[in-house]
Amino acid sequence: MSVDWIVFLSLAVVSVASAIGMLLSKSAIYSAINLIINLITMAAFYLLLGAPFLSMAQVTVYAGAIMVLFLFVIMMLGSEQSSGQNLVPWQTPLSILLSVILIGALSYLLLDRSEFLTSASKIAQDFGSPEAIGLLLFNAYLLPFEVIGILLLAAMIGAIVLTRRPKRLDEALSSGADQNLAEDTHATD
Amino acid sequence: MAALFWESLIKSLIYIVFLLTSFAYLTLTERKFLGRFQSRYGPNRAGPFGLFQPIADAVKLLFKEELIPAQADKILFILAPILTTVPALVMLAVVPFGGTGQLFGRQFSFSIAGDINIGVLYILAIASISVYGIVIAGWASNNKYATMGGIRSSAQMISYELALGLSFVTPILLASSMSLNDIVKAQMPVWFIFYFPVGPLSAVIYLIAALAEINRSPFDMPEAEQELTAGYHVEYSGMKFALFMMTEYIKMIVLCVIAAALFFGGYHGPGVDTYWWLGPIYMFIKVFMLLFGLIWIRATTPRIRYDRLMALGWKVLLPIALVNVVITAFAILLFPGLGSG
Repeated sequence: MSVDWIVFLSLAVVSVASAIGMLLSKSAIYSAINLIINLITMAAFYLLLGAPFLSMAQVTVYAGAIMVLFLFVIMMLGSEQSSGQNLVPWQTPLSILLSVILIGALSYLLLDRSEFLTSASKIAQDFGSPEAIGLLLFNAYLLPFEVIGILLLAAMIGAIVLTRRPKRLDEALSSGADQNLAEDTHATD
Repeated sequence: MAALFWESLIKSLIYIVFLLTSFAYLTLTERKFLGRFQSRYGPNRAGPFGLFQPIADAVKLLFKEELIPAQADKILFILAPILTTVPALVMLAVVPFGGTGQLFGRQFSFSIAGDINIGVLYILAIASISVYGIVIAGWASNNKYATMGGIRSSAQMISYELALGLSFVTPILLASSMSLNDIVKAQMPVWFIFYFPVGPLSAVIYLIAALAEINRSPFDMPEAEQELTAGYHVEYSGMKFALFMMTEYIKMIVLCVIAAALFFGGYHGPGVDTYWWLGPIYMFIKVFMLLFGLIWIRATTPRIRYDRLMALGWKVLLPIALVNVVITAFAILLFPGLGSG
């Protein structure tokens, strides 16, 4: 029990610190790295809660794939040298207000209405194992799963259609002297 | 509990020491073989047959000056080599290097983390975060060649991760388990590479995608000498540079160990049931053969162009890998004995 507490507390400190660090860093790269650390600590929390599959999916999808894209975009656009002035001045007070409301509502629910929460029950042996999650996804939640699949496919096709260059521009580029530009855009495709 | 802890600690220590030694001698092996491929001798001055060459290299790198560029981001510049090395070192924790061994009257398994049911996913997860070291190294150097290398590397890794993940699905389906121990056990009579056509196909997809993942020739665009001088590690010197080199070679070993476990029967071989110590030896032989293949590929293939690389990943490997998964699934449905593992 005590080992669990030590692991949980140290993870919690890292998690909160990286979240605050993400908000306060001046450089976009540091923000992204803090977010990666935060997502990895979340994966460790899943592991502590006995959900290994979810934990690994969290690392692969969020900490791995999505954040690599974030870093990629930050580096490509060079947006790490932000000017420092806040372009959306009403954003900070609004976000503070919203987070205060959120924390208030959460603590009201947890402290005052705790009868909603059932007492911790013993979880099944294979809870969160790949087999259990697969069975749930392909039996009980087949329809939502397929709908999400089609939604993601539509998003993917949309991205391909949007990034495809119109034919006329293509011809102009290949006939003109701008051969270098054409090659550059190919390389980033 | 405490005994288990000490066992894991000792196993990790042995594993790290063995991996670092293999890295040192893999550099020598590669240089020797490359020399032979190119009709020259390779290093043969330090010690008998050049056997002390890695030690000489290490001493040289230790005494080199550690440079940090004035405009570099110091924290990330120092952190990047560590972030590159750690994922490569921890990736093999789930791979069984042998069956169950017996020493001093107690049984032990040859995998460091034991038999966990998400082994393959763990490998994928670590592979997906191993790109950060390279990307951050490229960015923190504040050098345009290094940044280009980092960007190329991240684009390349994202593209090939999909094919890599899909090539894992065939062994998972055939063994009906994500645990590497079960996958190796399922190959007891016949290795997965001999399950024609899905086995060899997914093995080839795995090898190509993994070569691209570790930025190894012919997919070494992130460090193409002729275009980017050295890519992401151009500003690094001394031991920090050595860490990047080390990661590159350790990733080669990791690639071959995973390939051996997934497609070449892992530690299996004749007589391994009676003598447990044969397991690691068979593993070593298989890994060495695969490493020789990687060196052969490096010696004989030219680097492919960047847009071809992207086209190969998205338009060739990914569709073939998807079709391969579908064929495997149908084959298992049609012949129920296949996927019983």
